Amino acid sequence: MAETVSKPSDNLNIVIVGHVDHGKSTLLGRLYADTGSLPDGKLEKVQAICRQQGKEFEYAFLFDAFLEEQEQGITIDTARTFFGWKGRYYIIIDAPGHKEFLKNMISGAARAEGALLLIDALEGVKEQSKKHGYLLSLLGVRQFAVVVNKMDLVGYRQDVFDGIEKEYREFLGQFKAVPQQIIPVSAKLGDNIANRSEQMPWYSGPTVLDALSAFRKEPGRFEQPLRLPIQDVYKFDARRIITGRVTAGRVKVGDSLVFSPSNKRATVKSIEAFNVEPSPVEGHAGQSVGVTLDEQIFVERGEVASHQDALPLVSTAFRANVFWLGRKPLERGRRYQLRVATKEVDCEVATIHRIIDTMDLAQQQGSHVVNKNQVAELTIRAKTPVAFDLSASFESTGRFVLVDEYDIAGGGIVTELVHDDQEFLREEARQRDFAWVKGQVGVEDRAQQYGHRAAIVLVTGGRHTGKSFLARTIEARLVADGRHAYLLDGENLRRGLDADLSEGERGQATEMARRYGEVARLLVDTGLIVVSTTNPFGMAYVEAAQVIRTLVHPVPVIAVHMSKTPEEAPPNTTRRSIWSIKFIKGVALDQIRKTDRTE
Amino acid sequence: MQHLRQLEDQSVYILREAYKHFDNLAMLWSMGKDSTVLLWLARKAFFGHVPFPLLHVDTSYKIPAMIEYRDRVAREWGLKLVVGQNKEALAAGMNHTLGRVNCCTALKTNGLKQLIEQKGYTGIILGVRADEEGTRAKERYFSPRDKHGDWDFRDQPPELWDQFKTTFPPGTHIRIHPLLDWTEINIWEYIKFENIPFIDLYLDKGDGTRYRSLGCAPCTTPIKSTAKSVDDIIEELRHTTVAERSGRAQDEGRGMELLRKDGYM
Repeated sequence: MAETVSKPSDNLNIVIVGHVDHGKSTLLGRLYADTGSLPDGKLEKVQAICRQQGKEFEYAFLFDAFLEEQEQGITIDTARTFFGWKGRYYIIIDAPGHKEFLKNMISGAARAEGALLLIDALEGVKEQSKKHGYLLSLLGVRQFAVVVNKMDLVGYRQDVFDGIEKEYREFLGQFKAVPQQIIPVSAKLGDNIANRSEQMPWYSGPTVLDALSAFRKEPGRFEQPLRLPIQDVYKFDARRIITGRVTAGRVKVGDSLVFSPSNKRATVKSIEAFNVEPSPVEGHAGQSVGVTLDEQIFVERGEVASHQDALPLVSTAFRANVFWLGRKPLERGRRYQLRVATKEVDCEVATIHRIIDTMDLAQQQGSHVVNKNQVAELTIRAKTPVAFDLSASFESTGRFVLVDEYDIAGGGIVTELVHDDQEFLREEARQRDFAWVKGQVGVEDRAQQYGHRAAIVLVTGGRHTGKSFLARTIEARLVADGRHAYLLDGENLRRGLDADLSEGERGQATEMARRYGEVARLLVDTGLIVVSTTNPFGMAYVEAAQVIRTLVHPVPVIAVHMSKTPEEAPPNTTRRSIWSIKFIKGVALDQIRKTDRTE
Repeated sequence: MQHLRQLEDQSVYILREAYKHFDNLAMLWSMGKDSTVLLWLARKAFFGHVPFPLLHVDTSYKIPAMIEYRDRVAREWGLKLVVGQNKEALAAGMNHTLGRVNCCTALKTNGLKQLIEQKGYTGIILGVRADEEGTRAKERYFSPRDKHGDWDFRDQPPELWDQFKTTFPPGTHIRIHPLLDWTEINIWEYIKFENIPFIDLYLDKGDGTRYRSLGCAPCTTPIKSTAKSVDDIIEELRHTTVAERSGRAQDEGRGMELLRKDGYM
């Protein structure tokens, strides 16, 4: 049986999942032994321990690295082991089947490039067989084989195997998952693991090791449109390097890139790398790259670079399938951190559409919480716009995690874009930015000249709260400090730019807000700090502030909310019960400086 | 060499995530092959720079050639080196004859914990690999340690796709493991591929022995080997069925499990 093989260099991450006690550790032990991958003395050592403890030797014991586990008889966490076979190293992530340890199974499977899903021939398709099959699909593991184990216990009968195959294929078919192979085996006796079984002449498909050999590395994400989520911006030396991992497609020197959601554009000047000669001219999916741009634009972590002809989606909301692993149930309306690729933003669950029972995929509606280990369909609403994709088209930018307090508590895939009320304005901003004719003086040049960046200080609040007075005072103080500030009073727009609007249009206020936003956009493009109030609109200040944010995005908007009585401040507002001009100026300058620092 | 580039891309991604999320970050460097590859990967990730200090927990029992090598490389690459030592335990006469686990705990685990506490590090980057031994196979890329530096391997937080645990309560810290997916052969292949300078204790210099894993002089024994070059080592590893750390005394019995639960590397 054990043939000594030379250890190869290539490797593939494999996860073994399935219902508890369906034989994962035994299969693993068998794979290790049959490929000659055991260290000297390991087998003997485990056999000796078994003798000592008066137990019959089992292959499963080989991999229970902790003594505690042997006491409990279950694999606690994702243990990784390695074996070599025909020119490839298999990194086996042994994910536990026990229900309580679903988070470990998911952590293991999320890292896998291929999977083996075990079903006990005697017990048939069980709860975890279904749950794991469904989760593999949700996690994006599309390459998997189903292994029907313990065939020796059912007399190697074809009808038993056929029954399980039919039932399980039907289940997988409901979410369009198709296994590469379904293989009848006995891990304990070695049937159809490395060697073809003589007990099952009716089966002519591959052995488990043959099936693994047929798994491919990295199914081609190279030919997809480019997605490069920005991870960080470095300035360790003269180079300003934008780093990130290409998650789809290719980026080349000379490419014109668009960054979403800021709509900033620039051309790739170089691809930087340490100890690589000559310098690379291209980076492709999977690679961690660093690029320099022809222009000093301000872009930050969380934005996604793409080519202009295939942009990611941008919205504050999307619909998703989510699995929840948190200690506390997921609640509607509660604040979580959303992470899509490198973007980190606060979010809340706007709607729990339904809980999906992974046993029969039945749907249960009207729930306000999602409990641990449940899967649900949700609408998620983020605090600021996020660039993302549908998971059906892009793997990495189409999935996300939710962080509750300090831990990752859930993960999911984006199934649908949800249109928000800012969409038409965002589209206007996008079209306008793409077609923007730039002069020779860039934003950075102006910032250099003025000694500060552009920003908007927006004073919001109800009537007679002193907004105009404050705005005027801020403008005066900023200018006195040698900064370039300008008070944009909505009254002036109303009489001039908005003079053509009918009474009806004025009443709706959206057009006025749009015009105001475009004027503000022009002013900040000149490098000014624009100080303004939401006075000019009939619309509620919360909406007005949102319209302005969307149109000037990503220029920092520093919102100051004024109120005579204690009340909830609008989103994204600096809260301070006793304000002072000095404080507001401090906040404003701090924001502007912060932008400088990240440069 | 595509597989090495893939490993490199993942490690570089992890290093950049660590640098982005931890204000007070440091990397452990034992001058062994793994942490030296890790150091090289940091230079890859940060384009020739190493923007955080390198920690060496000096037990005073290290092989002298390792200290010489440490100081030379630190000078040549412009590294910020921070050396920690559990002086109290050494003054009290701690050594391996008082029990290997005791000695490792006092001089390495506690030496590291003292350093973390003194400097207030919130993220420590280490070169542990999953294939080294059983407990390391269970590690996450970003692995939390509690206020006492202890590791609760029974209840680890989920780690999904390329999303890691980067937030943590005050007083705790995170161990970051960028080399988790690398094998011993990969390390040597990469050393060859990138031409990384390494300490020559790993080579046979004519007496038919070399070190396969480096630790303190009293508790690390060389293996029988005639490998005189990196190529020889790779060839030897392709055919060996002897465990990498068989020359490391602390691994005997449940040594590593006990040590690592309490915060050993």
